[in-house]
Amino acid sequence: MKFVRLKAWAFPIAIFAVLSLVPTYASVFDDRFILLFFTRILVFAIVAVSLDFILGLGAMVSFGHAAYIGFGAYAVGILAEHDIWAAWISFPLAMVAGGLFALFTGAISLKTRGVYFIMITLAFGQMAYFTATSLSVYGGDDGLTMWGRSEFFGTDLFNGDASFYYLVFAVLAAVYLLLRIFSASRFGRVLRGAKQSEARLQAMGVDPYRYRLAAYVIAGVIASLAGALMANQNEFVSPAYMSWHRSGELIVMVILGGLGSLHGAILGTVAYMVLEEVLSGYTEHWRLIFGPLLILVVLYGRGGLMGLMNGLSRRAEK
Amino acid sequence: MTLLAVQTLNGLQLGILLFLIAAGLTLVFGVMDFINLAHGVQYMLGAYLAVACYQLTGSFWTAALLALGAALICGLVLEVLVFRHLYDRDHLDQVLATFGVILFLNEAVKVIWGAAPLSLPVPELLDGSIQLMDNFRYPVFRIALIASGLAVAGLLYVLVTRTRIGMLVRAGATNPEMVAALGINIRRLFMLVFGFGAMLAGFAGIMAAPILSVEPGMGDNLLILAFVVIVIGGIGSIRGAFMAALLIGLVDTLGRSFATDIARLLLPPSAANDVGPAIASMLIYILMAGVLFFRPSGLFPVRSA
Repeated sequence: MKFVRLKAWAFPIAIFAVLSLVPTYASVFDDRFILLFFTRILVFAIVAVSLDFILGLGAMVSFGHAAYIGFGAYAVGILAEHDIWAAWISFPLAMVAGGLFALFTGAISLKTRGVYFIMITLAFGQMAYFTATSLSVYGGDDGLTMWGRSEFFGTDLFNGDASFYYLVFAVLAAVYLLLRIFSASRFGRVLRGAKQSEARLQAMGVDPYRYRLAAYVIAGVIASLAGALMANQNEFVSPAYMSWHRSGELIVMVILGGLGSLHGAILGTVAYMVLEEVLSGYTEHWRLIFGPLLILVVLYGRGGLMGLMNGLSRRAEK
Repeated sequence: MTLLAVQTLNGLQLGILLFLIAAGLTLVFGVMDFINLAHGVQYMLGAYLAVACYQLTGSFWTAALLALGAALICGLVLEVLVFRHLYDRDHLDQVLATFGVILFLNEAVKVIWGAAPLSLPVPELLDGSIQLMDNFRYPVFRIALIASGLAVAGLLYVLVTRTRIGMLVRAGATNPEMVAALGINIRRLFMLVFGFGAMLAGFAGIMAAPILSVEPGMGDNLLILAFVVIVIGGIGSIRGAFMAALLIGLVDTLGRSFATDIARLLLPPSAANDVGPAIASMLIYILMAGVLFFRPSGLFPVRSA
């Protein structure tokens, strides 16, 4: 039993250990690009983990998850435009804005199931996207350039490359732990149960709707937090953050990693973005390789990259 | 008044294009329970194949025929190579794999024909415009597009409601296991439906090539619209797809041309200029959210869940 526990944690610990060494690697080899690149990856990983929480655990395939990135990013960007830089104001505001949007749209979307849910979340995502393009005071289509980063009580937390990386890393770790705790709790069991059989849960006197909605709002809040970080990283906010292409990419990252384990989503994000970067370094037509790779992962690796890994480790034990 | 008439015709034309794409999508989805994101790419392939065949033959009509055949072959090749292995997988696996197909084909098209938009000349027979009313001329080709789309819709209606194949397709959309249990080769039915859907999407691409620019990724946005259409119409329902496609085509086109003017009635001009286009782009999504809120499985649900 103890061994099983250890094994369940060994892989995520390994992932986080490797990720924590990135700034050291970057400073030893004087490679600023790697540090910035991995900061970007980790921000996306936060969003992917939050998506995996509803998609993998609760089978809620949200095709509008990128909208929450936009809510977080625009909260920070718009406040910066009005010369409010304090992170303790902008970050909570970003999360509340995303959470309220999630509460409102989730309450409606969760009445539907399956593909209808996918499409109604897309609809709300697109509404948010087009709203952002119409904000001509804040850049409209062209986006909004921030002339600096958020401030954290006079420290350089947001400004240093390494310190910002550690900040994003800490947020990712905290989010991961929190969602792991949630998914192991009664709350997580209800979500998983509702995925298997809603009727059985209702027969036991549990109404899955409220649990689903709570999970949906939690995921929205976390994605908004990631959006606030993204605005700081790019010092730029644009409607493109919220496009359906982005939402689709996020779903692909999560499925690629393997559903439901949460660290699978981190692995999927890293794999997706690193592959994209490496392949596009070789050829501008990297999609010619990347597309078939995705197909092969689906055809031969059931359960994404985590499925492949588990298969390998099982074979090694035999 | 003239503007309204023109925009209504344009809306119909978009609706017809959407219907041609959505018809295949809704059948593939309804009958095989297969989410094919690569359906929009098949529309793009139709357009590119038409341009390529035109460059070879110099005649629109021969090119259209050749491209239609080629689109069918492409669809069947994809079915055998990739899609066939995904029918019994869950939806998310299908999404991931067909997303891979999109990436590959969009890029392949770029490699073969370049990233710059191409165009296909309107055939001479359908060139020019005709007088529909006083001060109102409309291009013949666009009218031909609407007419041919309506003809295809009619043909499809007869095929689905009056023939044995159509009966099997409808039965398959309602309960595929039962159809298989009754001794029908469901795999062959699937392949037939799939090839037919690919050909319809290809046909839409061919007809769109002379009026829209032919470029990589041209199918992506239409794919999303086609999904909106089949969800509003009810998955698996041809009739629903037809109604919803016309509805979406009209709402989107009319919204884009009049939303700003309508917003001006209520808001100061500068605000209206911002809000109008945004509302226009949102309209179809608002419509979809509204329909799903009141009818969670579309306007013409097929499968009684």
